[in-house]
Formats: sequence, structure tokens, C-alpha cells
Amino acid sequence: MAAWKGLTTNVLSHETAIYENSFPVEGGTYENAGHVSSQIKALLKRMKISKEVVRRAALVTYESEINICSYARSGKIVLRVTPEHVTIEAIDEGQGIVDIELAMQEGYSTATDRIREMGFGAGMGLCNIKNFSDFFRITSEIGKGTHLKMVIRIDKDFDGI
Amino acid sequence: MTLREIKELLDAEVLVGYDQLDKEIKTAFGADLMSDVLAFAKAGSLLLTGLTNPQVIRTSDVLDIAAIIMVRGKRPSPETLRLAEELLIPVLTTKYILFETAGKLYAKGIVGCMERVDDERAFS
Repeated sequence: MAAWKGLTTNVLSHETAIYENSFPVEGGTYENAGHVSSQIKALLKRMKISKEVVRRAALVTYESEINICSYARSGKIVLRVTPEHVTIEAIDEGQGIVDIELAMQEGYSTATDRIREMGFGAGMGLCNIKNFSDFFRITSEIGKGTHLKMVIRIDKDFDGI
Repeated sequence: MTLREIKELLDAEVLVGYDQLDKEIKTAFGADLMSDVLAFAKAGSLLLTGLTNPQVIRTSDVLDIAAIIMVRGKRPSPETLRLAEELLIPVLTTKYILFETAGKLYAKGIVGCMERVDDERAFS
């Protein structure tokens, strides 16, 4: 199953990456939740990318990271930066999402009490990710895992929240 | 208002960030739900919350939150404080409840980082 926003073809492949790296994320624990997001945020800041782009990239990374910690066995976040785009992919091995359309609905959540205790699981995560990305795609296979791809344009002025 | 003035107003205790009390604050957001903080809080705002786990600090870092006020006398764990120190985010604790904390700040000119959720929802 899949859902997406924005570009549906891969127009980014011709762009040369100025930075590319993969960060492992531990599933099933919150011990280091958000660690990768803080790292990626600091990296992007150092690349002198605009504050708003850094914030949006950090936000979508963080929501994805929390999702991996909450629902998956293990996963990774792949960051790719080109002169024009920041691309973040969150790839996990886990239970997958049964109904993506439902999961994308604001307020829908399968979160456990433990997730809610941390202040998450209100059914906002995927909506936030979609809203703060210029391009977003989600694919999932039940029993195998979920793959999110988020792209944020570097040149674009974004004065939203 | 400076963070120092806010500290006095709320009779708050500074747990992290004594060196950042001159920070100027104009807006705030209050919630115990980090998902909503992520959706609505704006950079440079003060975060009022009753949650004390390390994710409050991570969320604040992601959003460039200026400082965190833990309400209802909540005290975070050493782990949460360590993370705040590492990420240079001021953390204060006040005995006032969330409603009173927000009211006191509002009366002094601090406004919400938005009025309504259907305002300015200028997503791309």
C-alpha cells in the first residue's frame, strides 16, 4: 500500500549529493528516541541551510524516529542533502501498516498507553510529516515494514508554523 | 519579557540555563501532548507543560523552543536534565498550575504562538 504528496516521479536522482549518511534507530525503546533527529539537525545547521528548512527537516525526522521507536523492531534514517533538497527516508523492519489511508487520518492511532505516556500517539505523526514536507511518500508491507520518504526544498521560503 | 522576569513572575526555580535568563520571550504554547507541540508550537516560543520525560527536551530542540516551564511543581528526572544541559535548553519549574501560569504570562503581554488552530495553518 502507498500514499503520497507532491512529486510522484524521482526527479532528484540527477542531483549530486553533498552529504549522504544512514543512521540506525533502535526499535521498541525510547532510550535514545530523538537522538538521530538532534544529530541530523546539528548537521544541517552546520551546512548553513536556512533555519526554517532545518526545523522542518528535524521535525519530520523526529516524528519518523518516534514512529520507529514506537512500532518497529529496528530501522534506519537515511539523510541525503543536495544543493536543492533535503531528503529523509525512514525505513523500518516491523509490523507494517494495515490501512495507510486510515493511518494518515488526523486523530487515528494504534498507540499503546506507554507511547501516550511519552506525549505521543495522538494520531498526528504522519499528518505532521506530510504537512511539513514538500514531497512525501509512504509505502508499507504487512509483517515486513514501512518506508517513508520526505523531501524538503532548500530554496523555498516557508513561513508556516 | 525576559526569561528572568518570567522566573520572578512565576516564582520559578531554574533547573537548567542560568546563563540564558536574558533571553527575550514574546510567545508561548502550553500542552501535555508532544504531538500537538510538534504540530503547533513556533520557534522561539516558551513551552508550558506538565510532562517531564526526555522527549519534552527532544521536542523542544527540534522546534527551537526558547525555554521550558514545567508546571504544577513537576520535577524532571536527572536524565531529562542532562539532555537539556547537552542541548542548551533552559528548564524552569513552577508550582503554579498550567492555567494560572498561562494567565499570569498573558496578563504581562505574552501571547499564544497562534490564536486558533485554523489560523495561519500555512502548510506548503
